[in-house]
Amino acid sequence: MKLVTNLLGAAAVIGLSVSAASAMECDTIKLGAAISLTGKYATNGVNTKDGYEFAIQKIKDSGGVKVGDKCYNFEVTYYDDESKGDRGATLAERLINQDGMQYMLGPYSSGLTTAIAPVTEKYGIPMVEAEGASRSLFNKGYKYLFAVLSTSEQYLASAIALAAEKAKEQGKDPSEVTVAVAVENDPFSLDIRAGILEDAEKYGMKIVVDEKLPRDLSDMTSILTKVKLVKPDVLVVSGHSKGAATAVRQIAEQGVSVPLIAMTHCESADVVGNFGESAENILCSTQWDETLTYEDPIFGTASNYNTEVKSSFPAYADRAVPYQTAQASAAVYVFADAFQRAGSLDKDAVRDALAETDMMTFYGGVKFSEAGNNVAKPMVLRQIQNGEYKVVAPSDFAAAELVWPRP
Amino acid sequence: MDEILFNIRLLLDFPIVNLKIIIDGIMIGALFALAAYGLALVWGVMNVKNLAQGDFVIAGGYVAYSLNQVGIYPLLGVPLAFVIMWGIGWVIYKTIITRVIERDLFTSLLATFGLAIMMAQIMNLIFGSDTQSVDLGLPTWFLGPSGIIDLPAAKVIGVAMATVLAIAVVIFMKHSRMGQAIRATAQDSRAARVMGIDTEKVYAFTFSLNAAICGAAGAIIVMIWVIQPFYGITYSVRAFVVVTAAGIGNLPGVIAAGLGIGAAEQYGGHIFGIGYQQAIAVVLLLIVLFVRLMQQRRIRQVLK
Amino acid sequence: MTRKFYINTALLILTILAPFIFPVWKTQLATLWLFIIVALTWDMTGGQMGYNSLGNIFFYGTGMYVCAIIAIGMYFPFGEWTDASRSETWKFTDSQYFTGLILGSLGAGVFCALCAYILGGLFFGLRGPYFAIGTLGLAIATGEIVSNIDWLGGGQGVSMPIYNGDFETFKNIIYYLFAGLGVSLFIFLNWFYKTRFGAAINAIRDDEEKAEAMGIHTLRYKLITWSISAFFIGVAGAISAFQLIHFEPLETAYQTINLGIFMVVCVLLGGKGTLWGPVIGAFMFHVFKEVTWNYFLGWQWVALGALIVVIVVFFQDGLMGYLQTRFPEWFGIKVVDKDEKEIIAEPAE
Repeated sequence: MKLVTNLLGAAAVIGLSVSAASAMECDTIKLGAAISLTGKYATNGVNTKDGYEFAIQKIKDSGGVKVGDKCYNFEVTYYDDESKGDRGATLAERLINQDGMQYMLGPYSSGLTTAIAPVTEKYGIPMVEAEGASRSLFNKGYKYLFAVLSTSEQYLASAIALAAEKAKEQGKDPSEVTVAVAVENDPFSLDIRAGILEDAEKYGMKIVVDEKLPRDLSDMTSILTKVKLVKPDVLVVSGHSKGAATAVRQIAEQGVSVPLIAMTHCESADVVGNFGESAENILCSTQWDETLTYEDPIFGTASNYNTEVKSSFPAYADRAVPYQTAQASAAVYVFADAFQRAGSLDKDAVRDALAETDMMTFYGGVKFSEAGNNVAKPMVLRQIQNGEYKVVAPSDFAAAELVWPRP
Repeated sequence: MDEILFNIRLLLDFPIVNLKIIIDGIMIGALFALAAYGLALVWGVMNVKNLAQGDFVIAGGYVAYSLNQVGIYPLLGVPLAFVIMWGIGWVIYKTIITRVIERDLFTSLLATFGLAIMMAQIMNLIFGSDTQSVDLGLPTWFLGPSGIIDLPAAKVIGVAMATVLAIAVVIFMKHSRMGQAIRATAQDSRAARVMGIDTEKVYAFTFSLNAAICGAAGAIIVMIWVIQPFYGITYSVRAFVVVTAAGIGNLPGVIAAGLGIGAAEQYGGHIFGIGYQQAIAVVLLLIVLFVRLMQQRRIRQVLK
Repeated sequence: MTRKFYINTALLILTILAPFIFPVWKTQLATLWLFIIVALTWDMTGGQMGYNSLGNIFFYGTGMYVCAIIAIGMYFPFGEWTDASRSETWKFTDSQYFTGLILGSLGAGVFCALCAYILGGLFFGLRGPYFAIGTLGLAIATGEIVSNIDWLGGGQGVSMPIYNGDFETFKNIIYYLFAGLGVSLFIFLNWFYKTRFGAAINAIRDDEEKAEAMGIHTLRYKLITWSISAFFIGVAGAISAFQLIHFEPLETAYQTINLGIFMVVCVLLGGKGTLWGPVIGAFMFHVFKEVTWNYFLGWQWVALGALIVVIVVFFQDGLMGYLQTRFPEWFGIKVVDKDEKEIIAEPAE
């Protein structure tokens, strides 16, 4: 079924490209990408790829990338990294070495990015990545790695802040708040855990459950039993799509009641579609939300992006467009912008232009720190209210009041 | 270390949790036992060590999932998965397994390993790598102080179905003509042939039956937990642990070992953290192997 | 003899010049050598001694970790190196890098050999499928446990030091390390299989009880053989760690269902219990893998599974086995008389 929808999606893109190609004759800039089409990250691998493809099509429709006085269109060569790091590294090398790629787009997940970054770095190939958020990527001194997304320790940090706020409202000291953490044993989730631990420590909160989920997780009853026993005020779960799906299902099944439950990857696990009621009032971190007020000339507003992706890729028709797709599109857009500013196809000129990026996109502001991570965009926390994702934090963007405590 | 002590403290402070862990363990153990029983069958009868066992389970789960997608009531998925996996098992037997029966032990291990890789990937291509589950929409009963023990109706029904299936298979093996032929072949295939039993037919039947049992187990699993194309190995490992511990041709042993391993895993997961669950299952396998080896050593034999 | 000498010399020269003849294929060639090494070492116990291990990947992964601990631990506190939230950047100087590379690789090899010697005492009591399952269990369990140890980087894995020089030089270094290890292993095995020791392990394969009755101390032979093979895999793992720069426990180091099984498939493809079989098998497998991985995107694992099934079911004697039965005279086997047919070497079971 998945296969069919993917094919439909691909067909839609091809359909679009045929109509556009006749409009303008542009040269091609080739980008390389290793992406997870199979293996444990395949769901988000496909989301990422769709994001790349959509952005390429949009840029093409709007007249291509102007470098000097010539116009170019992007074209991506994909390989399947099977969600495996060593495979990803080999493929990155092949893309650069054998296929002669001068610019790379990132893979899905921090683990894969960690494996690929040393290769692109060694070859001096600029890589704009949209899906690797672990801070361990940005303490290696990489010069050619640029990430459009916020780093992972920020994902759920605002959940801790919210819990502290609520405790104060109740006339309690934030240090009385207890936190349970269950994260997958992979670079991304471990970094989320590190962020939570740091923030909890800041408020003097106590971590009462601290567990790592195995990668082939299908059952987390034993963790939830502990949660029921120690009754924490906050429960944090991070384990990509399958972690979110398993958690939402079993939290309902076991009747776990925690005032504040926060997790990642709600959208890509489609917890609302799959579990309905059970997902109510769960907090989900997101890099991007279609209700945000960001806007740019190519994609229009965030909500416009959302609508257009839905119409181009039937796979998203009846679920929220995951932020993974949005940030992948943003990565392509950032590349396009850097090419135009560099005014040349030289990879080092493009790298320097990337480093100076300071722009607004439908996905949010993009400005890179010295280490290559995006510092211009905050994370957003949404709560599922009546089957819809409503932004509740940070307060500048909040579209709804936080429902607390969760029944 | 502190965490381990803390977890043990929890067990002592709330004795009811022990009951909860054991119930959970028995529920998951019942399904391990089903998969293990199928493995014990093909191992005992045709000396095939099926590493694709877990993938049959997952395939059964996807059969039930697809049936549910087209609107068939989930509980009906269990018997239907049994029938459909029977057919798939028969095809696999005729194309691959029949050619490895008479060969050495390593051959069946590797051939079924190749099969496992193929099955997992084909399922991935068809269904995608998302976790899937079927929701029965049944309530959960809560027992004990502050509802610490949760009994989802779906789990209870699932375990009941597993029990019915196990009993049906036992009765079938004891009393039907085919069941007797299977047991005769397991004891001595040459003698069975001499006595006029069509062993080829028996083999095909046994292997299909195994696939069907696994399929039904998978259909139950998709209602209770989640499935994903690459989860097969988890169930294969458990099936091997159980069969190695219980020995082949020892059905009560297989069931007891299945339930025991389910409970041991839940305990281990509670005490050491869920991250160690897979490691615990495998370490149990090693312990079982070495304990059996020690027993053999005493009579100056090795574990063959 | 002379023809053989010329062929071998030509192959050796090809090995040395390969990275310059096919500069863009350097990494693939290095990986090819890795496959040859693991296939040859697997065949030492699997083909020559009759102990089919599915867990030799244990030594590969352990080699990676030991090497990382030695190479990094000599200069920086290892626990802090692997800490995700570390914010400073640590760099290796050239001399630190090479000292780490050499000592780390050797240390990894020696440690793995010791592991094999100690574990062998337990595992060699298991026979046939139990040995296979037991060793597989060892590899899976170790991977799972390592992935839970924070000091070892847990599920994040370990980032190795990066060579400061030019990337092409780095790849040449890796290639020659692998090729050097592979060639030495091959020369060693060529001699080893001809010795009394080689004959003894073949005797164990053919009938362990009889070998024991003939006065061969079988356990000692088995331990030494496994240790030697573990040494080479451990070193190969160490070099891989440096090559990959970043590795993680379950999918790179203890990659049971990838390399752990590939090595067996390589040997079966080429021919079990022969010297050239694993080499040829590794080559064929590597080519097959590269082609399917490039041109059958998404279907590569299906193709690989099908390949395993087909080899195991239909061509278990491998290419060398097939050639040996088809053209025995190529292997110096003379078919003298019907009654003396036994002397036609049967490919290993």
